[in-house]
Amino acid sequence: MARIIGGLTTSHVPSIGGAIARGDQQTPYWKPLFDAFTPIHAWLEEMKPDVAIVIYNDHGLNFFLDKMPTFAVGAAASYDNADEGWGIPVLPSFEGDPDLSWHMIDSLVADEFDITMCQEVLVDHAFTLPIKLMYPNAGPTWPLRTIPVMINSVQHPLPSAARCWKLGQAIGRAIESYPKDLKVVVLGTGGLSHQLDGTRAGFINKDFDLLCMEKIVSDPVVLTQYSNRQIIELAGSQGVELMTWIAMRGALQGKVSTVTSTYHAPISNTGGAVMLLANEPVATLAAAE
Amino acid sequence: MDDLRHIPGTPVFQGEQAKRGYALNKMCFSFNDAANRAAFLGDEEGYMDRYRLNEEQRAAIRSRNVGQLIAAGGNVYYLAKFAGIFGLNVQDIGAQQTGMTIEAFKAFLASQGT
Repeated sequence: MARIIGGLTTSHVPSIGGAIARGDQQTPYWKPLFDAFTPIHAWLEEMKPDVAIVIYNDHGLNFFLDKMPTFAVGAAASYDNADEGWGIPVLPSFEGDPDLSWHMIDSLVADEFDITMCQEVLVDHAFTLPIKLMYPNAGPTWPLRTIPVMINSVQHPLPSAARCWKLGQAIGRAIESYPKDLKVVVLGTGGLSHQLDGTRAGFINKDFDLLCMEKIVSDPVVLTQYSNRQIIELAGSQGVELMTWIAMRGALQGKVSTVTSTYHAPISNTGGAVMLLANEPVATLAAAE
Repeated sequence: MDDLRHIPGTPVFQGEQAKRGYALNKMCFSFNDAANRAAFLGDEEGYMDRYRLNEEQRAAIRSRNVGQLIAAGGNVYYLAKFAGIFGLNVQDIGAQQTGMTIEAFKAFLASQGT
């Protein structure tokens, strides 16, 4: 059976792509973010996940306002990155896992999540940069297959935190009912607090970010109780990317522990946060007893 | 339902904005493509004609002012692609919207990390 071995959250600030292109990883501004991935590289090397489910928000590369799904799941054999208009390098294509995608889609819809199914997805920085951070030396191919899961963060009304939590739980059930022996890691990319628009642009809330990082491990249900208005007030208008973290955490149904956790602000306009959570599936725990 | 109006300093892109800003956002979405960015720079007025921008939106585009573009129905994610044509990043547009210099805006960001 497929197993979820861990969850990874990271900010996906576009300027990370610029920093990589310039080789700025060890400059004082960028070092705390890039160094946060050193223990993650060791974990990935040891665990060798086969597939990453990448829960993220599209920023106007793949979806436009003509048709804006609340939740969408990729079902392609590969996913291309593309020009987003402001000049970060385009990364090599990512291999998909269409069989697992269709299993997830079947399972999610049966579970009353009426997601949009996509056989073509252009994946933007929120998908590509976290994988590049995980595997900085990979290329031109990546060492694992990927499935994009997109949560609308462009056009309100957005789904609630509670709904994203339930989506994550349904993704967890989908993966763990897949008969192939696969090791799966679930990514939630985005956040934490930031705001790009309005006279409150530049708002960062370190205290709230640190609270989220604590609760996402120990008591994630607390985070599902915020309304979207409260999240915007506390984390800024783009802080709603916290939804991707909450969905990721919903998919981890075993015993969850922190492998590594780093907070550094600001990264560009954002409270930069990186966490790797190990998930020991309940079945494994039961077998060990 | 959440009432997302009147959060201080914080525009929230709801149905009303989506309806009003559709043409403007559609034009900015086209700037994902380098050929379209070049076409815009080659003939700004003609390019705005193609996307049927209204007068408020045209004036906002001419002004390069993010606050004005948001007031005209622009969504920040699509507007970022317009700003990218001029090499402006999120700190530049943050400084512009808050009325700070770039240096002051960056110092403000840094002050919140400590």
